[in-house]
Amino acid sequence: MSISRRTLLKLAGITALGVTAEKYATAHAGSTAAKVLSKAVGAGKRLTKSSVQKKVRLAMVVDLRKCVSDQGCTKCIDACNRAHNIPDLGDSKDAIKWIWKEPYENAFVDQENFYMRDEFRNKMVPVFCNNCDNPPCVEVCPTQATFQRPDGIVMMDWHRCIGCRYCMAACPYGSRSFNWRDPRPFIKDIDPDYPTRMKGVVEKCTWCDERVDQGLLPLCVEACPEKAMVFGNLNDPKSEVRQLLKDNFSVRRKPGLGTSPEVYYLV
Amino acid sequence: MYDSGKIIAGLVIFIGLFTSPFWYDLSSGTALQTPDLVLPTKADQKECVASLEFMRRDHMALLNVWRTEVVRDGITYYKSANGKEFEMRYTRTCLGCHANTSQFCDQCHNYIGVSVYCWDCHNTPVSVGAGSSAAKILNTKPEILNKSKTQNAKSVHLALEAASQ
Repeated sequence: MSISRRTLLKLAGITALGVTAEKYATAHAGSTAAKVLSKAVGAGKRLTKSSVQKKVRLAMVVDLRKCVSDQGCTKCIDACNRAHNIPDLGDSKDAIKWIWKEPYENAFVDQENFYMRDEFRNKMVPVFCNNCDNPPCVEVCPTQATFQRPDGIVMMDWHRCIGCRYCMAACPYGSRSFNWRDPRPFIKDIDPDYPTRMKGVVEKCTWCDERVDQGLLPLCVEACPEKAMVFGNLNDPKSEVRQLLKDNFSVRRKPGLGTSPEVYYLV
Repeated sequence: MYDSGKIIAGLVIFIGLFTSPFWYDLSSGTALQTPDLVLPTKADQKECVASLEFMRRDHMALLNVWRTEVVRDGITYYKSANGKEFEMRYTRTCLGCHANTSQFCDQCHNYIGVSVYCWDCHNTPVSVGAGSSAAKILNTKPEILNKSKTQNAKSVHLALEAASQ
């Protein structure tokens, strides 16, 4: 079968028209959705964070003025390590870290003041996954093993993790650890309720999603003897986290990168 | 046919070697060893989350759905066909009864040559040491379970939402 030049041109024209129409339709649908959205949140309101529209955005406030981790307190770390079957590999190179201590100047690298308040000079800061509002790890994960829950927690589905470690490269906070070997022999006391991980899987803090699902607070928050950690809904103006942020000066880790970390440190 | 004697003898030897795994299995008796399941005997739990026929054929599909719903969708309770509620938790709910996986799961899996890696991560009362304090924890139901049941099976955002209103 041969096509005449006339038929070919006709077909090409119809195809081009179809493609354009589809592009137009999707673009138009997008703008309608945006209109509905802007109506719902109030005209003229600038939205800077996607989570502002949601009812719940969980966040953590750490009061560094109360935290005594530089005096040797490791209660939050111990509670987390025990409950989540975190192995002690004895080598910092392949250590599994969910919550750990970092010197102030390392935790807040973009706040390099040569002279600063004495109490912060050698301050140890408890750091963990920021459960970012704009998480780069979620963006790069090829299997969607890491994803963001509606309440903002950046979750991990270890069943799906293929160990490519893109997320580790993407995370600017070093919050993710890789299991270079089977962690089981290195766990002193296995908590049977929580799974261990296997070789070749990335893991991180998930703000105790399993406890949050049961209406409980994350373990570190509960374990803190100084009540320096507060956990709650950032989108509720009456919540404790919002009250603390309203009344105190807070900093976040590397906010300039645009990840919108959701751990606020009161200094 | 030329050299028929050699060819037929060669064929017999070839077929014999080719089918030797079958003869080996038959002679050693391992092929005839059918799965021998030891059913759990738990006083307070007499039935499974679904019918025997369903579980026998589709337990892996059920586990996949449970996994997705718990990890990704925040749904933690399962209502069985007869209206009974179960916490969707492999370690407690499934392995709570089928504690000895080698006497139950492995029996069929080994028979049909399926290798699963559930227990590389999920703890069983046997893997943490039967009779240890850890194993006892697995066999007792936590108080949390009753609390969250009344609250809501779904995720905490609902609970938080209710609290903030």
